[in-house]
Amino acid sequence: MKSNQHPQHFTKDNAPDEWFTWRNKNIKEQELVARPSLSYWKDAWRRLKKNFLAMSGLVFLILLVLMAIFGPIFSPYDANTQVLSEQYQPPSAEHWFGTDGAGRDVFTRTWHGARISLFVGFMAALIDVTIGIIWGGISGYKGGRTDNVMMRIIEILYGIPYLLVVILLLVVMGPSLMTIIIALTVTGWVGMARIVRGQVMQIKNYEYVLASKSFGTKTPRIIRKGLLPNTMGPIIVQMTLTVPSAIFAEAFLSFIGLGISSPNASWGVMANDSLGAILSGNWWTLFFPAFFISFTMFAFNVLGDGLQDALDPKLRK
Amino acid sequence: MLKYILKKLLVMVLTLWIIITLTFVLMVSVPGSPFNSEGNSNEIVQQNLEKHYNLDKPLHVQYLLYLKSVATLDFGPSIKQPNQTVNDLLGRGFPISAELGFITIIVAVISGIILGILAALRHNGIIDYMAMGIAVLGISIPNFILATLLIQNLAVNWEIFPVATWKSPMHMVLPVFALATGPMAIIARLTRSTMLEVLTQDYIKMARAKGLTPWKIIVKHALRNALMPVITIMGTLLAGIMTGSFVIEQIFAIPGMGKYFVESINHRDFPVIMGTTVFYSAFLIVMLFLVDIAYGILDPRIKVTKKEGE
Amino acid sequence: MEKILEVNDLHVTFTTYGGTVQAVRGVDFHLNKGETLAIVGESGCGKSVTSNAIMGLIPNPPGKIIGGRILFKGKDLTRLHEKKMRSIRGVDISMIFQDPMTALNPTLTIGTQLMEGLKQHRKVSDKEAKKRALEMMDLVGIPNPEERLKQYPHQFSGGMRQRIVIAIALICEPELLIADEPTTALDVTIQAQILELFEKIQNVTGVSIILITHDLGVVAKIADRIAVMYAGKIIETGTKREIFYTPQHPYTKGLLNSVPRLDAKGKLKPIDGTPPDLFSPPKGCPFTARCPMAMEVCNKIYPASSDLSDSHSVNCWLQDERAKQLLATMVTN
Repeated sequence: MKSNQHPQHFTKDNAPDEWFTWRNKNIKEQELVARPSLSYWKDAWRRLKKNFLAMSGLVFLILLVLMAIFGPIFSPYDANTQVLSEQYQPPSAEHWFGTDGAGRDVFTRTWHGARISLFVGFMAALIDVTIGIIWGGISGYKGGRTDNVMMRIIEILYGIPYLLVVILLLVVMGPSLMTIIIALTVTGWVGMARIVRGQVMQIKNYEYVLASKSFGTKTPRIIRKGLLPNTMGPIIVQMTLTVPSAIFAEAFLSFIGLGISSPNASWGVMANDSLGAILSGNWWTLFFPAFFISFTMFAFNVLGDGLQDALDPKLRK
Repeated sequence: MLKYILKKLLVMVLTLWIIITLTFVLMVSVPGSPFNSEGNSNEIVQQNLEKHYNLDKPLHVQYLLYLKSVATLDFGPSIKQPNQTVNDLLGRGFPISAELGFITIIVAVISGIILGILAALRHNGIIDYMAMGIAVLGISIPNFILATLLIQNLAVNWEIFPVATWKSPMHMVLPVFALATGPMAIIARLTRSTMLEVLTQDYIKMARAKGLTPWKIIVKHALRNALMPVITIMGTLLAGIMTGSFVIEQIFAIPGMGKYFVESINHRDFPVIMGTTVFYSAFLIVMLFLVDIAYGILDPRIKVTKKEGE
Repeated sequence: MEKILEVNDLHVTFTTYGGTVQAVRGVDFHLNKGETLAIVGESGCGKSVTSNAIMGLIPNPPGKIIGGRILFKGKDLTRLHEKKMRSIRGVDISMIFQDPMTALNPTLTIGTQLMEGLKQHRKVSDKEAKKRALEMMDLVGIPNPEERLKQYPHQFSGGMRQRIVIAIALICEPELLIADEPTTALDVTIQAQILELFEKIQNVTGVSIILITHDLGVVAKIADRIAVMYAGKIIETGTKREIFYTPQHPYTKGLLNSVPRLDAKGKLKPIDGTPPDLFSPPKGCPFTARCPMAMEVCNKIYPASSDLSDSHSVNCWLQDERAKQLLATMVTN
């Protein structure tokens, strides 16, 4: 047996005599190398930053939100003024994204559309999360009979075809910004509630929750302080998937004649209006709304994937 | 197992009842009578409607009679197309929609599973990145945009495929492609992630320790377990394909049920909307039920946990 | 005695997010035919990695055998092609995993999982395979084997599942059986039964066993020889008697002191501290920081092996003459 991997080439026989003294206890403490411990969120952020695709998605979405807010301000055109002499102008220095069949500036309309599509998406996600957290939190935390009843309700709602109900509601209420958001969230929160419940069920039996329970901490406080922070990961991931699916649903509804039409058009309505135009060669009227719908969904999807990887404690090492 | 089926059956019936009731309540609550809308001045139609929906009777009687007619699969007359019942439209449109949906789901499942497995086996390799790139794009591009792009390029510009309608296999390529891409992408991602998880399980390590060939390990030990979650989302995928077909049928002028449904929405043809919604919901719910049963048969653990549990 | 397995200077690394982990850092040991060698150590000391390396089951990437030899009946397994290795796995060398709850595929019957190894490696008819499977079920002590073959893992208790796992490992009559913590996941009463089963199997089949464990109680029951592993190295080996009655390494002594015993008086003494970080292992003895007898030299040079008998050897500076003088002066003071 040899130990020639040591640079000194010292062996048992030529170790210097002066090293044969007891070690000072203080040295021990100096050698304790503590690995920097990162907090959950810092660690997740560190991992997310390494994910190029997810970060690109995040940057795109931030830019998109900024443009939705400020874009129309920079444009000299009004989104809804029809200039019949300027019908179907291809993209140019004057009209960056061209004009549509009514001579309206597509650039300006795109950012107006972004406002509506993003508003629908974020509002739907926000309402889903709120209802989902309350329902899932109570159901998972209370357990037993309450949970049983609440879960049966979810199971039944889950079986109802989502878009059919949305269509039905919109046919009756008539399509508008408010009614679309309401229709999308009527059964949309069910998925979120399931996730929250699963998380809560898992965590509520952890020691720290049992401990605070034994101190007599009140239920709402336990849910707020003990459970929610630890369920945030999956909730955030689910949110990044809810927003694009709401945007998609809104665009889909526009296609079957249930879109928001006035005063400003959403991306879905813009795309639907341009379906005929593209066959006559005016591709830009469809391209820009279609591109932004697709790219927004893409950005949310890659961001969601990245967050899932970054927040999954199983992968932590 | 029997108890498991019965429980699922009960949930199914309850869900159906809620949908039927919901359609009824919504229709009754439409401002004015949905069956009196201004565009509708045809005497015969009006009489048919009143007869079918028993508009002269009190509300609760209307409801019960409505339940009865739905239970006997009689969805009543159409407003906009006189002399046509909803059943006529369903009889004409549904077989075509079913054909489109069936081909789509077969294509989506096969290609999605293959893509997902390839990606998982070459985890973090080029194939993985490419497959997942395709999958994310497939999820991100809405099917109506994809359909338009396909028509514009493959049908109009290059004239490889016919632009529209549903006549020959060549006619089917573009609509199926447009409709199958989304579900395929979802299946591919799900297969990949469950496959990756399954491959780290102890029983896979055990199979390797037995000296089995990689092929046997994947097919016999990994695949079956990895495909379980795919079965659970089949119901959701079917719903997606079905609603997707509303748009695709309209874009490709396919005379399926989806096309009639969208037309009925645009014309506010309420009996058709109600009938189609109920019919499609029932169809989907039965499918979901069958998926649940299939899952119970494929996963041996369910039988016993349901027998012992509760 | 004939050596069935010889591991020389084995090095295994894993490349991870945070850097390269040197999981196994020059491990030497051998196994004689028909004996049971226990490899003992804390979790993370590299004992499971060593056993996976013998099986050729180090996942690459991230893992890699970067040096050393594993001689099984004279053949170096580290140089074998995967296809060749596959004909050895399950046939000549088998493995038992820690958790019987996860080691069996939940969607396949016990019979399928029991017979598939046999069918893979030997040309047997279904009937012969079944006959052999029934024999194995009988050997590991499962009642109603005929009926049990058709059942699924969830219909078995933990102890029964571990018996099945053992039957699967033995069905091709291997010469070497590696058992990675085979009793850790089981109840104490079941543990004893499984250990008895190991003894029975060894008597019946003459298989050589490597037992990976952190539990000295298990070792005391069935091991012939013991190798103590710490931070990716084997620091002391000897017969069971030598390790239990005349342990030399302070770590081995610490391990023995931290196990409850009926015959010994006094309190249990845990070993203070934690094992070193194997991302950047110390160049001296890895136990230095936790060692009650550490000297300056320990931190600087890794001690060579000293033989105390034909079977007993230890890597520790306390074996050095100068250390013995130091000890002597301390006692006189």
